Amino acid sequence: MNYPTELAYTKSHEWLKEADGVAEIGISDFAQSELGDVVFVNLPEVGDPVTAGEPFGDVESVKAVSDLVCPVSGEVCEINEELLDSPELLNSDPYGAWIIRVKDVTGYDEMITAAEYEAFVSEEG
Amino acid sequence: MKLIFEKSMAGHRCTLLPACDVPEVELDSALLRESELPLPELSEQEISRHYTQLCRRVHGVNCGFYPLGSCTMKYNPRIDEEMAALPGFASVHPLAPEKATEGCREVLDVAAQYLCEITGMDGMTFQPAAGAHGEFTGVLLIKQYHRSRGDLGRTKIIVPDSAHGTNPATAAMCGFEVVNIASAPDGCVDLEALKAALGPDVAGLMLTNPNTVGLFDENILEITRLVHECGGLCYYDGANLNAVMGVVRPGDMGFDCIHMNLHKTFATPHGGGGPGAGAVGCKAFLKDFLPRSALMEGEGRLQVRSFAGNFLVVVRALTYLLTLGREGVPEAAINAVLNANYLMRKIRGSFTPAFDRTCMHEFVLDLSAFKKETGVSALDVAKSLIDRGMHPPTMYFPLIVHEALMLEPTETESRETLDEAAAIFRELYDLAFRDPEQMHTAPHNAQIGRPDEVKAARSPILRWTKE
Repeated sequence: MNYPTELAYTKSHEWLKEADGVAEIGISDFAQSELGDVVFVNLPEVGDPVTAGEPFGDVESVKAVSDLVCPVSGEVCEINEELLDSPELLNSDPYGAWIIRVKDVTGYDEMITAAEYEAFVSEEG
Repeated sequence: MKLIFEKSMAGHRCTLLPACDVPEVELDSALLRESELPLPELSEQEISRHYTQLCRRVHGVNCGFYPLGSCTMKYNPRIDEEMAALPGFASVHPLAPEKATEGCREVLDVAAQYLCEITGMDGMTFQPAAGAHGEFTGVLLIKQYHRSRGDLGRTKIIVPDSAHGTNPATAAMCGFEVVNIASAPDGCVDLEALKAALGPDVAGLMLTNPNTVGLFDENILEITRLVHECGGLCYYDGANLNAVMGVVRPGDMGFDCIHMNLHKTFATPHGGGGPGAGAVGCKAFLKDFLPRSALMEGEGRLQVRSFAGNFLVVVRALTYLLTLGREGVPEAAINAVLNANYLMRKIRGSFTPAFDRTCMHEFVLDLSAFKKETGVSALDVAKSLIDRGMHPPTMYFPLIVHEALMLEPTETESRETLDEAAAIFRELYDLAFRDPEQMHTAPHNAQIGRPDEVKAARSPILRWTKE
């Protein structure tokens, strides 16, 4: 299992990367392996407000549908449209396949470091 | 295997109709199809072979053990089919005059009385087509109740996270906001989480008891009291009624309305797409909101389905109740619970139950530690069971248990069948340590191996089209 150290994580298994005031959000390697093959991703629209700790979309795998919980509050400025046609990218490249980008970030959900997340996962799994 | 449409040969027929002896009528061209209706053309024998071939590719209750958790795949006595096939029931026209349908009305009436007695309700409708439709109707009763009192601020329905997916879907379809509450570690409702979610904006709670992990929620009276105290109503999902029918009544647990899957609990073969019947019962104060039906007529009542619902499913349910009788109905429930506990204890030496306590009619195994040790997943075990002539249990449900296998043996299986199933589980447990590869690639002897689930979900082909 892979936990890139430059990312921040949530206990609901999203990762967060920030650069130039824009927050990029995806799901962790552990999340994709637990979900199994992803078959559909439900994304918000550009311009939608998002709230830290609240769902902003969902992913459907062969096993289940799971909410995507937003680690930050702000406004969606970009969505990864490639995922609409190729949701399997979340399985093959979870840290490359970002899901949404958020601007005007005003608040954060509880975030943990890669090491803390790895410890959390091994405890939970 | 070819589809029936692909087997079609122009000119093949089942019946030879006599020459038309009434005047032909030309229909208005606006009523006519523009293209030809692509119905398959086959002889009776070809159809018979087609369905027999299909039959060999599936596993039914008639083929072997079918412990598909949460689905109650019990054997349905032949007599129920015989009664449903009586011409007076099977051939009745829904628009026949009242005088000609007295017998059918009596069936509905008596079935309603018995089912009210079993569930502790005061009113009943047989309109809903099946379970989810029954849920929808039941939650609409709750909605209409609040509306009739001018209590318009109740916008939320509480659903535990272990609930069947249809519960939150129903609440959302009825226009409510769904509030999910986490289960306590024992799989039951977390009273503190419930209290925190309750308020003047709560319309009601949807719950099944025994719950989705097969445990009877011992706090049920406290749960329904808390919901009532805040002005909400309690909805009972009858999915797990087989465990308690005739023993304890949802009405006595404090529920205000309920749906039952008549097809599932009361003896109509199910799982093949219907028809089912989602009878909805309610306490007296909700009776006025029940939909219009053969039993409930009156101004202002709307229907949720045409005519009397799926009437023949009610005929089977009544036959089932009459053949089992007052002693037999609870005995069936008790045996369902006994069989589940027997099987759980026989399996416990190998696989691990998710909740180590007396279960009701079903139980959940947690294979997460087993998977860590052997690399063999719940899916691999399920596929390996197919090779051994057994229908796999429900997998990966409920979501609160990882690597879940959920078994519901039902009351109609003998002790010998359960012993055999336990031996198979033991064999697979050992095999996983010895030769996990054999399980990763199972099934080896089935007609269908591992279908491409991803492709099936991403690009399902649900209908045949010409060319």
